[in-house]
Amino acid sequence: MDKNFATRRRRDLIVAAVLAALAALAPLFVKNVYIQNILVLTLMYAALSQSWNILSGYCGQISLGHALYFGIGAYTTELLFTKFGVLPWFGMLAGGVIAAVIAMGLGYPFFRLRGHYFVIATIVIAEIGLLLFQNWEWAGAAMGITIPVRGDSWLKFQFMRSKLPYFYFALALCCVAWFVTWWLEDSKWGFWWRAVKDNPEAAESLGVVVFNSKMGAAAVSAFLVAVGGAFYAQFLAYIDPESVMGFQFSLLMALPAVLGGIGTLWGPVLGAAILIPMTELTRSYIGGSGRGVDLIVYGALIVAISLALPQGLVSLFSRSKAKGATR
Amino acid sequence: MGLLYGLIAVGLALIFGLMDVTNFAHGEFLMIAMYASFFLFTFFAIDPLLSAPLVAAAMFVFGAVIYLLVVRFAMRAKANAGMVQIFTTFGLAIVMRGLAQLFFTPDYRSIPQSWLGGKTISVAGIFLPEPQLVGALVSIAAFAGLYFFIHRTDFGRALEATREDPGAVALVGIDKNRVFAFGWGLGAALVGLAGAIMAVFFYIYPDVGASFALIAYVTVALGGFGSVFGAFAGGIIVGLVEAVTALMLPPSLKSVGIYAVYLLVVFIRPRGLFGSM
Repeated sequence: MDKNFATRRRRDLIVAAVLAALAALAPLFVKNVYIQNILVLTLMYAALSQSWNILSGYCGQISLGHALYFGIGAYTTELLFTKFGVLPWFGMLAGGVIAAVIAMGLGYPFFRLRGHYFVIATIVIAEIGLLLFQNWEWAGAAMGITIPVRGDSWLKFQFMRSKLPYFYFALALCCVAWFVTWWLEDSKWGFWWRAVKDNPEAAESLGVVVFNSKMGAAAVSAFLVAVGGAFYAQFLAYIDPESVMGFQFSLLMALPAVLGGIGTLWGPVLGAAILIPMTELTRSYIGGSGRGVDLIVYGALIVAISLALPQGLVSLFSRSKAKGATR
Repeated sequence: MGLLYGLIAVGLALIFGLMDVTNFAHGEFLMIAMYASFFLFTFFAIDPLLSAPLVAAAMFVFGAVIYLLVVRFAMRAKANAGMVQIFTTFGLAIVMRGLAQLFFTPDYRSIPQSWLGGKTISVAGIFLPEPQLVGALVSIAAFAGLYFFIHRTDFGRALEATREDPGAVALVGIDKNRVFAFGWGLGAALVGLAGAIMAVFFYIYPDVGASFALIAYVTVALGGFGSVFGAFAGGIIVGLVEAVTALMLPPSLKSVGIYAVYLLVVFIRPRGLFGSM
């Protein structure tokens, strides 16, 4: 069993390295800016969903308020950049740290709640954040912030002519989120989280400090999501409260992990790889009429996948593998 | 206003609170009910007040059909039941919004002249808008009816028993799907009633449900899952808190008070005010 686990982990790492290398070569073949754009978004959602999965999938604390951390990352970076001229790289780290601190501050009262009460509390706190930012004049209120163009440079993490730098950053972020998950899976924390998810009382009685392990998961998860938010803000060069902190965003972040397989290493990547291109393509091919057909198709697919594969798309792989083993 | 939130929440309390099924499409049920009474008014000139029972009946069928066609299968999921329910109903909500955009266009609509619209009544020197007043009365009646229904009839007991232990219920000859389909129908009918009354004084557009749905979830959770009376009390508290916040903060921040009160309540009582779960 232990040997299997170790082999599986080594294989996961090799597969990830190969996939990352292939992805890194993709821009050599994909010159179309529109498709490059889809690739950037896919990688970004994979990274976000991977981070969300740490708290909600592994540790089992379903959060539908992660847009809060995403927005904090985006706003910290842009406020520091536009008001104080701080380079986005520092803003990104600052946003991550602030989000992690807030996540732990909120965790203190929140982690006492169970089930629906917890989920609704996460939705509500993100909504409060949204309303506060919409009314915060200094931060641009509901109008948001337009990031001034200062020319292409890695220093300012701003590129107008090409999408490739964004692509590589998103890829890097996705790899980092994946690697952190991979690493945590086999660490003391990873085992604690799964124990907390399955049966908190039993875990507590065996010496797992349930509260601290939830806090750890929340902090890591919030930090990574905030870095994603900072990236998104630089990528779009424009942010407003609704588009970075809206409730829809919390759901969009959770969706790839849920469809791909919640609490699994590959679920978020797989889910994002299928869901995001599909979303973008339906939007541009049948959404142009503005008549909502794209929404119907999109919604129907979500219903179909959640109903057909409650354990997510990854279960397709494990199922075929299980068959192969018995043969 | 609070009682109106209560009326929206009571249907949700039935589905979300008593059957323990997450329904993220509740706001869209409201939206569809509002369109239904709008079209009954424009094409047949039936006043929303008269068409309310009609809309509620139609919504009953709609809710039961949604349960039988979709939600039934979401409840069967053995793994991740909660997430499957959340995202199945979320997907449904998107489909409904898309359909509304397709057939009704994204335009804002309103019912121009109805019996109640824009009229006020003076009670002891205080002017109250009539539609809200009717809404409040209907809401109280709906709560009383539901309370009686859940606690005093065989069906209510069957519903609670089915949530507690579907297996045991099957042994005594109760069909789980029939009970839950009926419950969904009833929940949808109640929100249909709310939609018909709200159509009188709110703009109607495909996304209208989303803004009320979140407050409805908060209302139900504030009162506590599993309690009809809790949802009623939650509705009144939410309405009062909103009115008070509106006096102290700019109108765009009025919901902050509601959310803050929810957080405060669950930190002190993690099961809501009257929750049993």
